[in-house]
Amino acid sequence: MVGTDPRGALIAELDRPLVLTAAASLPSSAKAYRTVADANARRTARAKQAQQQAKKQQVAATPVMSEDQMQAQGAEKDAAEMAAKQAAEAVPDPGRPIYLQEAKLRTEAALVADIGFAERLVWFWSNHFCVSANRIQSMSGAYEREAVRAHALGRLVDLLLAVEGHPAMLVYLDNLESMGANSTAGINRSRGLNENFAREIMELHTLGVRTGYTQDDVISFANVLTGWTLVPPGADPQHGGEFIFKPRLHEPGGQTVLGKRYEQEDAEQGRAVLRDLAAHPATATHIATKLARHFVADEPPPALVAQMAKTFRETEGDLKQVAIAMVSSDEAWRAPPSKLKRPGEWVIGMVRATGITVVDPVPYTAGQQLLGEALWRPSAPKGYPDDEASWIDGVGRRLDVANYFAERIADTADPQTIIEDVFASEIAAEVKQAVGRAESRQQALALLFMSADFQRR
Amino acid sequence: MGFVDHLPTRRELLVGSGALFAWSQMPRLARAEGRDPRLLVIVLRGALDGLGAVAPVGDPDWISLRGDRALVLDGKTPALPLDSFFALNPAMPNLHRLYKTGKASIVHAAATPYRERSHFDGQDVLESGLAKPGMTGSGWLNRALVALEAGGRVDPRGSRALGIGSVTPLVVRGSAPVMTWVPQKLLPASADTQSRLLDLYQHTDPKLATVLQARMKLASLDGAMASGDPMSDDPTLAPPGIARVRAYFAEAAGTAARYLAKPDGPRVGAMGFVGWDTHIAEGAASGQLYNLLGALDGAFAAIESNMGEVWHETVIAVVTEFGRTARINGTQGTDHGTGAVAFLIGGALAGGRVIADWPGLKPAQLFEDRDLMPTTDLRAVLKGLLRDHLRVEEKVLAEAVFPGSADVKPMESLVG
Repeated sequence: MVGTDPRGALIAELDRPLVLTAAASLPSSAKAYRTVADANARRTARAKQAQQQAKKQQVAATPVMSEDQMQAQGAEKDAAEMAAKQAAEAVPDPGRPIYLQEAKLRTEAALVADIGFAERLVWFWSNHFCVSANRIQSMSGAYEREAVRAHALGRLVDLLLAVEGHPAMLVYLDNLESMGANSTAGINRSRGLNENFAREIMELHTLGVRTGYTQDDVISFANVLTGWTLVPPGADPQHGGEFIFKPRLHEPGGQTVLGKRYEQEDAEQGRAVLRDLAAHPATATHIATKLARHFVADEPPPALVAQMAKTFRETEGDLKQVAIAMVSSDEAWRAPPSKLKRPGEWVIGMVRATGITVVDPVPYTAGQQLLGEALWRPSAPKGYPDDEASWIDGVGRRLDVANYFAERIADTADPQTIIEDVFASEIAAEVKQAVGRAESRQQALALLFMSADFQRR
Repeated sequence: MGFVDHLPTRRELLVGSGALFAWSQMPRLARAEGRDPRLLVIVLRGALDGLGAVAPVGDPDWISLRGDRALVLDGKTPALPLDSFFALNPAMPNLHRLYKTGKASIVHAAATPYRERSHFDGQDVLESGLAKPGMTGSGWLNRALVALEAGGRVDPRGSRALGIGSVTPLVVRGSAPVMTWVPQKLLPASADTQSRLLDLYQHTDPKLATVLQARMKLASLDGAMASGDPMSDDPTLAPPGIARVRAYFAEAAGTAARYLAKPDGPRVGAMGFVGWDTHIAEGAASGQLYNLLGALDGAFAAIESNMGEVWHETVIAVVTEFGRTARINGTQGTDHGTGAVAFLIGGALAGGRVIADWPGLKPAQLFEDRDLMPTTDLRAVLKGLLRDHLRVEEKVLAEAVFPGSADVKPMESLVG
């Protein structure tokens, strides 16, 4: 497939559509959100009902309260709460099955991809613009499909507008309740701004930390973004969970961000700032550095980063062209394979090597969690790190997973075939020898999957 | 038809395993004379060092052969005497107790017909029951079941074969349906796999070597400190110390016993334990091999206890693909050899014996001047068990179960 022209093959893969056709049956993020909200509402109702019934029964059983019974009241209250809890738990959470189904499709897309470069770009951008399933499980997969996948090979500005306007991001970065101090809602409710969303957009998503923006810029931008929220899921069975701009929450008047005045009155104000952030030179450097760090080296060659940033600026942030610039650069290919794969990449590499294309998402996502890279669950908006120091101590844990996987596939996977098919026999002689001398096929496979050739790229 | 109530249900197995599960209709197994025999085969993959497990302490050449690595009766951890000539590795007090009460036998200097030194081929011959590797996809235990069914001496209640592990051992694969159960615990990579990987990293990636070394250090601490209940360890998070290996062996073997003990459960089963390929730092008296044998001894205890009332109808055959070199190699381990040891345990045995036509340990007495000379055909032992315990006909054993073995007579009087 890769043949004699690896760069050409990588670039050719970027011309194919990135759609997940199998996802047609999955709910949109808004629909998933409504489904979970409905379940939560039912759960609350059941809990209340159960609590009330428990209390009624207690009252009926004790028409006149003695002192002892007064003392026992505490225990009765606990019993009522217990009944409420049980009633609530009887309503299943539809968020998890949705998450698992999304995880399955995403993983299988990576397994069947010819080369996987395009899928890895999706993964990269999904991590760069991460949300967390710990906060918003039902939407995490649909968010990636709707906002990231749709624009991963397009222009950064479109990707940026899509992710920052996505309900999952607005939930994740606490913008739903952010309101201008002088907005109608702000005045009436004596509440105000949440800076988180604006800060992370500038620090993590676009310009990068310490690139010259000030606290005032953050506050102004946060004001700009007030009113970016979502339709309450219970309010509208058709559009609940979708993006909406609410003027009632929006800080009136113009704002100055990075020295530029934005006088627009509605969501266009925020879109205008985002467009300028996407085109900012600091963003070009930030994006180029992160991409090169992910794909090439922890400390990427400065010339490569400069070339990618230049391409970014010259193409108005065309991410496909930036990716092409990266794989076309000799700098990217010169260094020996020293990049330690992240757990997610390593597992996919291992499964791909065996030809397996269908996964059970329950153990698969459990394995990812075990390896420290739970799918769509980074611990902070910065996403999962890309440097070796963050991951290398987990290599021992990888051995458990490799050993387990090797046992399960020892019957059908041949280590020699993998060496030929995956590495075209270009693998360290020591690895070949270790595989050849292994006590069992399981051991041979585990050693192969754990070899530096398999861990690094 | 009350027996149906006793079947392990599909759900029960799924709950227990959450994994691959396969069975179709039930094969039938002979239960002659009103007995209801059980046979469990445990394959030790990687080649157990028989001399490190059962030492010929009475052989005048023993000490000179192994030097300070030789198990002895007056060592720091004294070997457990079996008779005037052999002594058992001190890691196996359970096996010693069983032996002393006539419920265990040991066959020494035994081997399959395989005389090369490839693990894969060796295991293939051991489990297929054929004289050469790569000849068939079925195992002798499964073919024995098929033969029993075809022979008509069947119990109408039926029964089936059990495979433990996510890959069904070849010995029990074949046309008779096999049900499989996969242990819940994540078996850590064996000490051997870890040291091989460390060696690989040391030659290819020093950074990864450092990390792995730190982990192995941690794991050895875990082994030293493992005083609590290893079963309660979180198998996903604990370092891969011997405590986890012990827990895995006990869980796998104990579960096999529970299924075999069920009134209408399977009657034969097979499982494999890995990690016996002790090329480096074998540690028979204290170390790698000692720890593994201890874990195996724990598995025996789990089987005995879970078999409960049917222990007296049980035989467990513990076999390995070949032995190891008689001498210690340059890295305080042993390399692939020939003559090996087999453990037979169970309440149905007429045990308390070490069965060996002892070849001696002088250089000229060793196979190719390096391995313990095999003097007993392992097939004779297995045929003896199949004939006298399960009642498989001798002719069938010679033709279908171990094809071409007519001149290998079943060993007499193994079971009581």
